[in-house]
Amino acid sequence: MQGHGLGAVRGERILFSGLNFTLGAGELVALRGVNGAGKTTLLRQLAGLSQPQAGRVDRAGRHHWISHNNGLKAHETPRRHLMHWARVWGSSAGIDEVLTMLRLKRPADVPCSLLSAGQKRRTALGRLLLEVRPVWLLDEPFNALDAEGQAWLGTLMTDHCARGGAIVAALHAAAPITPVREFTL
Amino acid sequence: MRAAPIRRSFVQAVMEAWSGGAGLLLPVGFFSGTAMLVPFALGSAPDVLSDIGPGMLWLALALASLVTLERVFQADLHDGALDLWVQEPAAISLVALTKTLAHWSVSGLPLVLLTPLYGLMFQVPPETTLPAMAAFGLGGLTFFLWGGVAAALSASVARGGLLIALLALPLYLPTLIFGGLTVKTGFEDSAFLFLLASTLFALGVAPPAMGAALRLAAD
Repeated sequence: MQGHGLGAVRGERILFSGLNFTLGAGELVALRGVNGAGKTTLLRQLAGLSQPQAGRVDRAGRHHWISHNNGLKAHETPRRHLMHWARVWGSSAGIDEVLTMLRLKRPADVPCSLLSAGQKRRTALGRLLLEVRPVWLLDEPFNALDAEGQAWLGTLMTDHCARGGAIVAALHAAAPITPVREFTL
Repeated sequence: MRAAPIRRSFVQAVMEAWSGGAGLLLPVGFFSGTAMLVPFALGSAPDVLSDIGPGMLWLALALASLVTLERVFQADLHDGALDLWVQEPAAISLVALTKTLAHWSVSGLPLVLLTPLYGLMFQVPPETTLPAMAAFGLGGLTFFLWGGVAAALSASVARGGLLIALLALPLYLPTLIFGGLTVKTGFEDSAFLFLLASTLFALGVAPPAMGAALRLAAD
């Protein structure tokens, strides 16, 4: 995945301009920057959700997208959410195994509106396990997770990169993972 | 293109509509409320009721579509589901059309099925029941399509209900005029063809408009 000369404007302020970005196989790139620096904006441009005000993004293959709002519908249970996207993507992943890995066996059939923030985040992260995709775009993925969950996600991300996948993640310094490269906005 | 994403978006939208309380109860409530209040407000003279009854039902249908659609796409935008759908290879306009159809089948279709009952209450002549059902079916579908466009356009506006009404109501007018005529004159008149044309026009124009509006909302 490559971004050429990307630029973004918020109101009358230029967030970034002339930004070049390359992501190669096996790389874990951490986006750093103060609040409001444009980490989420850059991620959304890489994902194709926002049109860059300048420059272009070249993508090879599909990506997974996890952002601060998890993409769960209030009426969905974790099992229904994962089943829904598994069917949409034509994935044959075992939902029960995924729920076990996420430690969501117990609240698997509770509507998301009743789940804790950490449980919602785990449900969203479950989408990563439904289908193998080379690129993961993660916006603050460690937020709301407990210590055990953070360690689990750290291992998951490291394993993904070890298998040749690539990750761009907006991260705080406290995140329990060592990025290959840092990219400061 | 695979059919699974479209099928799943329909199922998800129907489940959401049911759990959100916009299921059968809302249109039935609107229709029953109108059917009950109108005779009290206007007196129960049979000729008056059969004259204005169908018009009152059109009003209920239009309002029911507006109330149902207010949060359809706004919820998707806020919970992040819109981001996921926009990144799908399936066209977002098709997904939006499917969602609108799902909401119509939950909130609009029951009205069509209830028409004979309310027709009875308003003393509508029995021979116009079938044209009325066809008109409410096509008209409701058109209302939901235009309402969907307005809802998509105002998805990123807090409390967009008023904006939805403002955007959608002018688009309802042709359907309302020809639909009202169809109830009176039946299938023989050209009014029915014009109603059909307004529905087909909405089916062609609304999906791309919804798609473009949703892409803009996600940006």
